[in-house]
Amino acid sequence: MPDKEKLIEIKDLQITFGSGRKKFVAVDHVNIDIYKGETFSLVGESGSGKTTIGRAITRINPVSAGEILFKGQRISGKISKELDREVIQKCQMIFQDPMASLNERAKVDYIVSEGLYNFHLYKDENDRKAKVEMALREVGLLPEFASRFPHEFSGGQRQRIGIARALIMEPEFVVADEPISALDVSIRAQVLNLLNRLRKSRGLTYLFIAHDLSVVRFISDRIGVIHKGRIVELAEAEELFLHPLHPYTKALLSAVPIPDPELEKKKKLIIYDPSIHDYSSDKPVWSEILPGHFVYGSQRELDGYQAEIAAAG
Amino acid sequence: MEKKLLLSAKDIEIEFTLRGKVLKAIRKCSLDIYEGETVAIVGESGSGKSVFTKSFLGMLDANGSITGGSILYDGTDISKYKTEKEWMTIRGKKIAMVMQDPMTSLNPLKKIGKQIQESIELNQGIKGPEAKRLAVEMLAKVGIPDPERRANQYPHEFSGGMRQRVVIAIAAACRPQILICDEPTTALDVTIQAQILDLIRELQKDLNMTVVYITHDLGVVANVADRVAVMYAGQIVEYGNVNEIFYDAWHPYTWALLSSLPQLGIKGEDLPTIDGTPPNLFNEVKGDAFAPRNRQALAIDFEEEPPYFAVSETHMAKTWYLDPRSPKIEQPKSIRMLREKMKR
Repeated sequence: MPDKEKLIEIKDLQITFGSGRKKFVAVDHVNIDIYKGETFSLVGESGSGKTTIGRAITRINPVSAGEILFKGQRISGKISKELDREVIQKCQMIFQDPMASLNERAKVDYIVSEGLYNFHLYKDENDRKAKVEMALREVGLLPEFASRFPHEFSGGQRQRIGIARALIMEPEFVVADEPISALDVSIRAQVLNLLNRLRKSRGLTYLFIAHDLSVVRFISDRIGVIHKGRIVELAEAEELFLHPLHPYTKALLSAVPIPDPELEKKKKLIIYDPSIHDYSSDKPVWSEILPGHFVYGSQRELDGYQAEIAAAG
Repeated sequence: MEKKLLLSAKDIEIEFTLRGKVLKAIRKCSLDIYEGETVAIVGESGSGKSVFTKSFLGMLDANGSITGGSILYDGTDISKYKTEKEWMTIRGKKIAMVMQDPMTSLNPLKKIGKQIQESIELNQGIKGPEAKRLAVEMLAKVGIPDPERRANQYPHEFSGGMRQRVVIAIAAACRPQILICDEPTTALDVTIQAQILDLIRELQKDLNMTVVYITHDLGVVANVADRVAVMYAGQIVEYGNVNEIFYDAWHPYTWALLSSLPQLGIKGEDLPTIDGTPPNLFNEVKGDAFAPRNRQALAIDFEEEPPYFAVSETHMAKTWYLDPRSPKIEQPKSIRMLREKMKR
């Protein structure tokens, strides 16, 4: 996809917490381009830094090295006030836990329009109300719900309120941080459908953060696998599932539960052991092994991966 | 092969009183558990799967009670037990439970070894250093490296997966006959989840336990279960061997559950969803509880509750679709395609 417009470019990103002896590098050497209109997913276990990257894009976490570009403009580090406001408005976030991410003491009306208040994005009270009503309708809620409190809703409905709150700002880019992992099976499908539909109707671009690979395969165009703050493999969704190369990706894929008793009972679990990498002399690089398929490894490992691809045909 | 019947719950009814109103959480649920098998109970939140199994251990909340039916275990009807003393002969010793959240089910102020030791002392009558030795042994058994040192640590020094291992160690330490695992892996990462499932399977073989899983993840069910019971609105709507449920389901709710899985979705198309919400169990449910959410519901579904129809000797479904008088309804295409799709 070389001709596609890059919406987000992440270059050599490093994020650290603390300083001095307590310094902790959460994310290191991350390079990602996210194209307009696609769903890019980051998968990895808890603590791997996937949420940290999402938060860095929305300017919640400061960047310690490298840069993030939004439509070609640098948005990391010190930027002008106008650009800061634009980024906050155009990059919205949907959170994991719909029980914790809504203000319990505010009515839905206020929750959804908080962004409008902050940015004065409405002409008058009627205009604001109309906007709230439209946002609620768009996520499949009734406008009457605006006068209720969050505790009156089920988990799936709360997640929709969270989505409406992000949508009302008319974002171009949405970071969805595990938006369905706290939801029930039957409701997951509804929220996934909603996200997909909104992407088409609004031309949104998603960064989808998840640890459940089965969902990721269904929703994303491209997937990046992150381990201990480093992207170890990046490819188009189907390509990644059919030809995983990095041992960590293989381990992750083998752990995905398949809802089929015969296959599931036959499957072999692969456990990833990071000590198999010997990077003492042979320094690892981030390399494009097939068009659009990147993997992180030393020269010897890359040769091995090449052989694997050749063997698979 | 004739298997020994271990526990037999028959027509269990459980009611909760909330602000003067009565909620019928479980409406005539029956389940037989045979020795050595793994049963999985699936359903969405609020379907009553946890409440149903908690009643086997007398762990219902204070405002809930068993109002009908019987639970036969070892020749006695344990549903008639009233006092904690009676329950203590069963709970932990014969039937043990692993809870969902390993963050909250351990005592943060006590050392890990002590917590396992406590359960051994209480349930097996072994005291002091001998119990301590058994506790360390148990830690090693659930795959915790360096168990002697780890036994002297506190829960906050353990990761989520390790904590869940400890919880399992505590439950398995008293050698129960039946181990009930209530969503044992929901709070964990995928890679850890697979390891925990493997661990439970190994322990089951080692200690000759019968395991009951409560889960909403059909992937987990496919992995572990011999038999599956699908619960909806306080009833078991379909049960059968795991292959029968996955490849030849008949209840519309089971269909809906299976086809809404993202694994089966086609990219760019909408996933089939289940409309509406489960019925309010404060009210009397008329007919088939799933009918209002079922797009293909029959007229009789709204009038009369369906009985169980046998699909095979081991497979029963509570739906009018299987009545010979009902119009011919085919299983949805996505269910029939399940097998082929999985092979991708």
